[in-house]
Amino acid sequence: MGAGRPFQDKPGLTVHDLAIARGGRALFENLSFAVQSGSYAEIRGANGSGKTSLLRAVAGFLKPRAGQVTFARVEEPSEALHYLGHLNGLKAAASASAHVRYWGGLLGGYERDALTRVGLRRVADLPALALSQGQSRRLALARLLVAPRPIWLLDEPAAALDVNGRNVLAELISTHCSSGGLVLAAVHEPLGVKPDQVVTVGA
Amino acid sequence: MSPLAATFRRDFALMWGAGGGAMAPLGFFLGAATLVPLAMGPEHALLVAAGPPLVWIAAALAVLATLERLFQADLEDGSLDQFLLSPAPLEMIVLTKGAALWCAIGLPIALAGAPVAIALQAPLELVPAIVMSLGLGMAGFIGVGLVGAAVTAGVKRGGVLISLIVLPFFAPPIIFGSAVAGGAGFGPAFLILAGCGLAYSALGPIAAAAALRLQVE
Amino acid sequence: MLSVFANPARFMQLSGWAAPLFAVLALVLFAVGVPWALIYSPADYQQGETVRIMYVHVPAAWWSLAIYGFMGVASFVGVVWRHALADVAARAAAPIGATFAGLCLITGSLWGAPTWGTWWEWDGRLTSMLVLFIIYLGYIALWNAVEDEEKAARLAAILCLVGLINLPIVHFSVVWWSTLHQPASVFRPGGSAIDPAMMGPLFAMAFAYMALFGALLLTNMRAAINRRRVEAARMRGANAA
Repeated sequence: MGAGRPFQDKPGLTVHDLAIARGGRALFENLSFAVQSGSYAEIRGANGSGKTSLLRAVAGFLKPRAGQVTFARVEEPSEALHYLGHLNGLKAAASASAHVRYWGGLLGGYERDALTRVGLRRVADLPALALSQGQSRRLALARLLVAPRPIWLLDEPAAALDVNGRNVLAELISTHCSSGGLVLAAVHEPLGVKPDQVVTVGA
Repeated sequence: MSPLAATFRRDFALMWGAGGGAMAPLGFFLGAATLVPLAMGPEHALLVAAGPPLVWIAAALAVLATLERLFQADLEDGSLDQFLLSPAPLEMIVLTKGAALWCAIGLPIALAGAPVAIALQAPLELVPAIVMSLGLGMAGFIGVGLVGAAVTAGVKRGGVLISLIVLPFFAPPIIFGSAVAGGAGFGPAFLILAGCGLAYSALGPIAAAAALRLQVE
Repeated sequence: MLSVFANPARFMQLSGWAAPLFAVLALVLFAVGVPWALIYSPADYQQGETVRIMYVHVPAAWWSLAIYGFMGVASFVGVVWRHALADVAARAAAPIGATFAGLCLITGSLWGAPTWGTWWEWDGRLTSMLVLFIIYLGYIALWNAVEDEEKAARLAAILCLVGLINLPIVHFSVVWWSTLHQPASVFRPGGSAIDPAMMGPLFAMAFAYMALFGALLLTNMRAAINRRRVEAARMRGANAA
């Protein structure tokens, strides 16, 4: 579904003069950039520079101290974006396929071969506690496919992934962009997809 | 499957599934109720006079034991972020989680209230009122409990803190529930308890959702 | 009125002389109220001299309730307008309110011994006060348990508002439950049941408590703001390094 049907309304997002503080400490100020439909943008910066906070502010979880995030051609931002953070959002006792079913219900959408596309077909019925770190990350990636949403916010998406997993991730990102979605990812090392733009946070 | 159906199904399944621990509060309820005659002495007259209302103390403590991990687990594993991306409002998701908790833990405890009340020498004709009032009271406890669990979700080992926060608000359901169990039956106390239980379970999710929005910041 | 306090710098300036003023006012009122209440006011025809506990007990009860109401208003302002000074005010008021509630409980217990013949009577209003005291403790404990101060302020504010909505319910149910309660007797429709000669010292003490609350509140708030400034300076130092 996500691969075949393009996001025709060409969503975009713009960050205006954003300033974020954590625990009373200013992380960055006056950050502005725009990401267009169909492009892949990388956020780079040292540890503690505020990459995660930036993504969480774009997702609407964190209230910025100043500035704003606006979305173009998106009705309800929280229903048009996926957020993949450091935490995978898994419950140890639930199976991979139960997670996919749950996310389908919670986020609205149901893509049956999400697990196949991230290479977890064989372990679909195992509980999450039986999955390795890398497999858990792949399961979290499957969430991006379960409910088709145009905006992907990814925080270190390649964490714990093996070479094959990284290839799967790169493939997911380029497919998503070519079908009109947009990806904003905080990364330390290149993901194997050529970024259309790079946003640097921190000095 | 709608967002709320998915939430209910997942929470209920996790609580009754392997390692879910829904049996523990039920066992706790029975254990705490067993201590009552041990503390009061087994004299029939004394139990008849004072035993049945103590069902409520056991029930309240059993609920407290379940609250600590209710939202903390979702905060720690990142599930809470996903709640905010659902088309369903957070308030409704929280209400649904409360409903799942009621079905998984509240209802079994209310039903177990029947044998426990009988063992504590409640007259048989009072038992239906006790079971129904426990069911309503559990809804009230859970409604307030949602708030306590939400404001302490980020606190490590917050179990005692939740109890401190939530216990004073348990007073009204305990008062009217005990009156029902103590012989008032389906009287005005039952109706006030019903109002209390419904009001708490309607208002609790609103305050809890406001707190959870802060927790993800 | 609140906008006067909107700016922490202006608040510090204003409270710099308001806090000592309240302290002096409290001293004067206590200097008048305490002898008036404990020596010059008439003894009760039933309770005798023990009625004098009332002058400590009743204002403490009034003000512990009123302070919770004050915290509720401050919490509301903090939640709705994200007003930092309102958070500081709510937090600073809590230990004072808890102390007044505790004072009310202790004097209530002391009063109970000669009047009811027991050190603790499960009287409706006394029990309500005990519940309020526990609510205060929960609020303070939550503030102390959450590390991020800004988050702690918002969460405590939510809890405070939930408590505010609940207090009447708790009070109603406790009064319903209690069998041995006296009707509230000072503000009763159709005139007061207390001897007018007792009203003077009672209100003098009530105003003395109020001035004491004002002085303690402003002092607590000033201390909290100064502590924040020190922390902010340290944070800037860490950033510069």
